[in-house]
Amino acid sequence: MTEIKEQTESKPKEKPPMLSGGQMLMRALKDEGVKYLYGYPGGAVLHIYDALHNQDAVQHILVRHEQAATHMADAYARATGKPGVVLVTSGPGATNAITGIATAYMDSIPMVVITGQVMSHLIGDDAFQETDMMGISRPIVKHNMSVRNPADIPAMVKKAFYIASSGRPGPVVLDIPKDMTMPNERFPYVYPKEVRMRSYNPVAKGHAGQIRKAVNLLLQAKRPMIYSGGGVILGGASDLLTQLVQKLGHPVTNTLMGLGAYPGGDDQFIGMLGMHGTYEANMAMHNADVIIAIGARFDDRVTNNTTKFCPHAKIIHIDIDPTSISKTVRADIPIVGPVKSVLKEMLKAIDESKLEVDQEALRLWWSQINEWRGRHGGRYNTDDSQMMKPQFVIEAMWRATGGNAFVTSDVGQHQMYAAQYYRFNKPNRWINSGGLGTMGFGLPAAMGVALSYPDEDVVCVTGEGSIQMNIQELSTCKQYNLPVKILNLNNGYLGMVKQWQDMNYESRYSNSYMDSLPDFVRLAEAYGHVGMRIEKPSDLEPALKEAFAMKDRLVFLDVLVDPKEHVYPMQVAGGAMCDMFLSKTERT
Amino acid sequence: MTTRRIISVLMENESGALARVVGLFAQRGYNIDSLTVAPTEDATLSRMTLVTQASDQVIEQITKQLHKLIEVVKLIDLSEGVHVERELLLVKVRAAGAQREEVKRTADIFRGQVIDVTPNTYTIQVAGNSDKLDAFLGALAQASVLEVVRSGVSGISRGEKTLSL
Repeated sequence: MTEIKEQTESKPKEKPPMLSGGQMLMRALKDEGVKYLYGYPGGAVLHIYDALHNQDAVQHILVRHEQAATHMADAYARATGKPGVVLVTSGPGATNAITGIATAYMDSIPMVVITGQVMSHLIGDDAFQETDMMGISRPIVKHNMSVRNPADIPAMVKKAFYIASSGRPGPVVLDIPKDMTMPNERFPYVYPKEVRMRSYNPVAKGHAGQIRKAVNLLLQAKRPMIYSGGGVILGGASDLLTQLVQKLGHPVTNTLMGLGAYPGGDDQFIGMLGMHGTYEANMAMHNADVIIAIGARFDDRVTNNTTKFCPHAKIIHIDIDPTSISKTVRADIPIVGPVKSVLKEMLKAIDESKLEVDQEALRLWWSQINEWRGRHGGRYNTDDSQMMKPQFVIEAMWRATGGNAFVTSDVGQHQMYAAQYYRFNKPNRWINSGGLGTMGFGLPAAMGVALSYPDEDVVCVTGEGSIQMNIQELSTCKQYNLPVKILNLNNGYLGMVKQWQDMNYESRYSNSYMDSLPDFVRLAEAYGHVGMRIEKPSDLEPALKEAFAMKDRLVFLDVLVDPKEHVYPMQVAGGAMCDMFLSKTERT
Repeated sequence: MTTRRIISVLMENESGALARVVGLFAQRGYNIDSLTVAPTEDATLSRMTLVTQASDQVIEQITKQLHKLIEVVKLIDLSEGVHVERELLLVKVRAAGAQREEVKRTADIFRGQVIDVTPNTYTIQVAGNSDKLDAFLGALAQASVLEVVRSGVSGISRGEKTLSL
């Protein structure tokens, strides 16, 4: 049951305006402060699109495929922290949005997806463009709702935004049958001030006793590790994390989703952890005696084999979602609560504690970590080929943008190179599909960011496989003048698939070679953009400089890179954190 | 090691809420031995009783995942405390000639009631915990059982403890 408080104003009561369902929806989005609506029209949402046409508070962005609308909204949310909003029609419009909804769900991104539905009297009849969106989306949403009475629309919109953005965020689907938006049926419009639900009350604070226990354990640690994830970024707690790390002097590692939460250039940052984490981060995790996981979920790409995971460590786990705690790895001190308030309390508890950091133990621990740092340290082969190394390309792009660009990526080797070699100074700048691993995410994501940050560098790091999964959006970029820089690491292969085939299938390249690639330069030009092809290492820096100087143009940089290159380190399947391949010939 | 647990869930009486619970179990690979659901004295709430077998760690995940569903208001693992559980069994049995008395006697032993009669059959109702119903079915001659319907388990805590708002 939901209790909705109506707006009460001290002025003499004005009569609420009489609006149609479609108008109420648009008005509610405006009252919710929505700036952009990413979508694609169709039969079931035509009344809504007509209501949209007659207002100017919310700007609609017309994509070329509904999947792109969801990724744009998703990236808008990742960059700004505000929920992204999508509008698509029923049937194929809704099913095309599914991949984007699942992507947002896996990474806990706040999003409200409005889907059209056939007239309510036709539901269940296999009507034209009917699909059971409630049923299809159920396992990949935080919540979904279907409108049964047009008068409920304002309250349901309010509820959708509240659920999407509170607690552990996630996508919410609002399914609206066409007859709920009839232009001639009007209802009094009042936008609720707040929502209270008896069945949904996200935790606001961590348990004080648990926080004290955690601080005691942290202060007594000899070989501590701070392991932080996407929750720190979603929870807006990067500053607090940075304070904690610096106050304790402990080493910190970030997950793929958590990069940027702690400045990547700082000495206390020992890189990403997990399957393609740094040697030092994985070694330090494995040998730690106390690990504090902050807004991270012990994903299988982080832990490797959980039965061999960090055998010496006591584990403190802070997460807003109780289901994340002890799901794959048992926590010794669980703390359920928003990262921000828990970290605040923790910093206070450290100041008040009689215990002090064991500086001598910490010195020894750091000298061990620095020794590990020296062993691999992100090196890659530079001499066995005339071809450009993808790592070198990312490093050059990092230099060209000063570590301050918004970088979106697709999925595969290029994603890992970007995560490893672009050192993020700030949170919310590294935007990738970590949980679902959605190819086709990068370009629409970059568009979502570019729209909201027109003065910043927005780079989409991609490959010739991924980019073709949503390449039609080059057209949307032209329509809305989105000057994204596309860095296409073109090696002619589905690189990560090829790497696994090299390592596990004796280089039998089953369907990992992409023949008949388009001429990306001419393709970009055909869409009205600038294309560049870079084949020699010496041409790279000048090309990047030229591209980033074109502030108002989309530039497609097609960079030919070495197809033989593998992403290292790489954890050995079934092993512990510390079991890694360090190159084609070295193994821990 | 897995144990049998009875989880009682109080949730919003809304369409789709049941599908969410069932979907959760299917999606995450938890098993359901039985499931019953009906509105409570407050028509806005439904109460569901779920019986499942799982390890302690999985039970912890199940209760947390259930709680995470937006429509779930409250839940309790009844098997953690003293409780009463009941299941209803309806069974149609061939009961002709000499068998007729024997079937009736067996039903009496289990405090079953004959609720429908034809010249050749009895329909018997038995209520109790699941073990008792299993035992009753075991006591009937296999060949005589024509049809079995079981309601699934309903449960409630003993004493003053309640699952309510």
